[in-house]
Amino acid sequence: MSMIKKILTTSVMTGMILGAGAVSANTLKFAFQGDAQSFDPHGLNETFTLGFLSNVYEGLTMLDKDIKVVPGLATSWEVTSPTTIVFKLRPGVKFHNGNSFNADDVIFSWQRTLSEGSDQKVRGMMVKEIKKIDDLTIEVHTDGPQPLMPSEWAWIFMMDKEWAEEHGAVNAANVKEKNANGYSLNHANGTGPFEVVSRQPDVKTVFKRSANHWNKINTNITDIIFTPVKQAATRTAALISGELDMVYPIPVQDWKRLDSEEGVSAIRGPEARTIFLGMDQSRDELLYSNIKGKNPLKDIRVRKAMAHALHLELIKKKIMRGASTPTGLMIAPQVNGFNSEYNTPYKYDPAMSKKLLAEAGYPDGFEITIDCPNNRYVNDEKICQAVASMMAKVGIKMKVLAQPKSKYFGKILAQNNYDTSMYLLGWTPGSMDVHNVLLGLISCQNKETKAGLFNLGNYCNKRVDELQKLVGVETDPVKRQAYIDEAMKIVKDEVGYLPLHQQPLSWGVNDKFQINQRADNVFDFRYVVKK
Amino acid sequence: MFSFLINRLLQSIVVLIAVALIAFSLFKFVGDPINNMVGQDTTLQEREELRERLGLNDPFHLQFYHFIKNAVVGDFGISYRHKVPVSDLIAERAPATLELSIISALLSVFIGIPMGVYTAIHRRGFISRSFMSLSLVGISLPTFLIGILFIFLFGVILRWLPTFGRGEVVSIGWWTTGLLTWSGIKSLILPSITLALFQMTLIMRLVRTEMLEVLCTDYIKFARARGLSEQAINFGHALKNTLIPVITIIGLQLGLVMAFAIITETVFQWPGMGMLFIQSIEEVDVPVMAAYLMMISVIFVSINLLVDILYAYIDPRLTIDGGSKHG
Repeated sequence: MSMIKKILTTSVMTGMILGAGAVSANTLKFAFQGDAQSFDPHGLNETFTLGFLSNVYEGLTMLDKDIKVVPGLATSWEVTSPTTIVFKLRPGVKFHNGNSFNADDVIFSWQRTLSEGSDQKVRGMMVKEIKKIDDLTIEVHTDGPQPLMPSEWAWIFMMDKEWAEEHGAVNAANVKEKNANGYSLNHANGTGPFEVVSRQPDVKTVFKRSANHWNKINTNITDIIFTPVKQAATRTAALISGELDMVYPIPVQDWKRLDSEEGVSAIRGPEARTIFLGMDQSRDELLYSNIKGKNPLKDIRVRKAMAHALHLELIKKKIMRGASTPTGLMIAPQVNGFNSEYNTPYKYDPAMSKKLLAEAGYPDGFEITIDCPNNRYVNDEKICQAVASMMAKVGIKMKVLAQPKSKYFGKILAQNNYDTSMYLLGWTPGSMDVHNVLLGLISCQNKETKAGLFNLGNYCNKRVDELQKLVGVETDPVKRQAYIDEAMKIVKDEVGYLPLHQQPLSWGVNDKFQINQRADNVFDFRYVVKK
Repeated sequence: MFSFLINRLLQSIVVLIAVALIAFSLFKFVGDPINNMVGQDTTLQEREELRERLGLNDPFHLQFYHFIKNAVVGDFGISYRHKVPVSDLIAERAPATLELSIISALLSVFIGIPMGVYTAIHRRGFISRSFMSLSLVGISLPTFLIGILFIFLFGVILRWLPTFGRGEVVSIGWWTTGLLTWSGIKSLILPSITLALFQMTLIMRLVRTEMLEVLCTDYIKFARARGLSEQAINFGHALKNTLIPVITIIGLQLGLVMAFAIITETVFQWPGMGMLFIQSIEEVDVPVMAAYLMMISVIFVSINLLVDILYAYIDPRLTIDGGSKHG
């Protein structure tokens, strides 16, 4: 019985695909180490979940294969006054259920980002009001100038108002409400190139190519099956045995094995994520150090000494298998606002470090503890250990406290009062614009304006604060870049942070498939081609 | 018999509450759930509101009280990560784990017992000796390593069997089974053997030792003297008497098979409850962790209770001294 049913459904499905696009069925099976949290487009503002969803849902703007912002469901936008942006919506766009996309859907989706269960409130709150001019024109009003709103909104996905109302998904799914709003967790109705056929969280998600997508896209894939596979060894094995066509991430130590195997390759490239060390520059006495009564990290000479003690090339060679990109800036080359002029790392010069430490009054160095995650970034714990041994060479005794990410973030972040003296963190600006970094990591901590939320060591310079505000509202690109450069130069001269490198992306792919590795580690189905 | 039962039941309840208390007090060392529930751009205030809403700011005894109060009626709350009721999640994952555990238990019993009998009867034979040395591997190698070795041998090098997952499953009501499809059965082979290996070797060694002991007893000698056939002696008399302690151990081990399934499930990406538990730890999904631990302890306690009752039934002397346990 079940067999017959299966044959029937298969033939019906094949018939549908043949009827719709007249292409042969190409299936791609891929795995990631975890699953997207849910299909609710406003449920979690996290790269993997949003990237996964971007194959199903689309925003007014979207990111192309080089993570540049391009028109999505809006064909164009124009700043008509400092606080008004007018969007022209794309005509003829259909949701997967056949409904047309229009201005009401934009207004609905925006309101949904402000609902209680939403994790997209920060982006939603950039907008004060949306006025519908006609079905395909909207006027967006903001409190102050928000030149970044169109690019930030690449991650605000548009939902169909009627669909959400029909299925009781008007508000973002909420962890506190039992049995309410559950529909949007495992069902999706977007405008994107792929539709969700079925989903069992943490087990399997099946996609199929949408028959009536508005955009011309490269892929010749008709069906996609996604399975999360937690163990790296199991992922690698499944790729080599041909059960999976694409898996990520691949541990850097497995590259050699994939290279020696026929028919599969490890695709590597620099990720737009910058890994860096932060230092507590605000407390009068460090929490985790043997120096009492003063904070050595407040002394620029000590910070400089640390900067010159770091041998980034050695970390690259020994720990990252040659695949990291040592950096002198807090942003990666892919990020808008990057200027290579300032990207030269601090010079490796342990003699200078010793001299600086002696000048600062620590000829025999001091002790300090560094907090480090051990399951968040590529070889995170090993990097901290390497840093500790480099510091030991100039006399700084660094203890490494490496913990799983849940413990680590629970300790060092704002809700635990920044309980750290030094830490290793990685950051990719979601907007791919430098302002996100200036605001979140480099501005002084400010509870009211919510600036510097992730500036855990509270590096603080008033001029940089001013520049951050200017960068946020400046629309002239030349002036804007001048502000960015000035801010970045100050941070660098004052050794506000110790940038280490951009970590490598590492995907394993069967040679039958051609894929595009996006620098934000998003797997975009639109560029998958079966050879 | 009745007072014995009541006594045992009360003890079980105390054990369950103790487990809940210990588990619950451990959760605060796992980390902060909030960071896994929101993105990096979420403001401090929103994070605080979420903590408040989830009751994470309540004092420990209050949190524990709410948990117990709801758990008694089978309500374990909503998963922080999946945002659906925990009982639904567990019900969805239970078939995969149960199928795997039951197949493994059957494998270990139906391979372990004959192997034990064989090695006891032919003590010095070559095959017995190889069984014995192989069993050392089963006992000493960690499940994790055996799983990976199997994957590389049968999945990557020979390519006979799938390396991960459950294959095609068929739904029968709320139950899903992989036993009705070819890919489902193929997917079950490696994980079930991996999981069974430890129990199998344990049962084999246990049966062998018991059997050797029984074979030395007077009534076996007497049976030989009566001229009974070897088969009748070995299987009719010796094996029967061997099995009484073995059954107890097998019963208790069944609970262990389910608990051990966590590791096997992680290696083979088997979509069962163990996998769910491991993922919950990583994401600090407290409601799921709590529910899983409670469920496993309920299973353990019930099996123990059942074994005790069976024992009392088989050997009424035990109820008199309060039901002291064997083995």
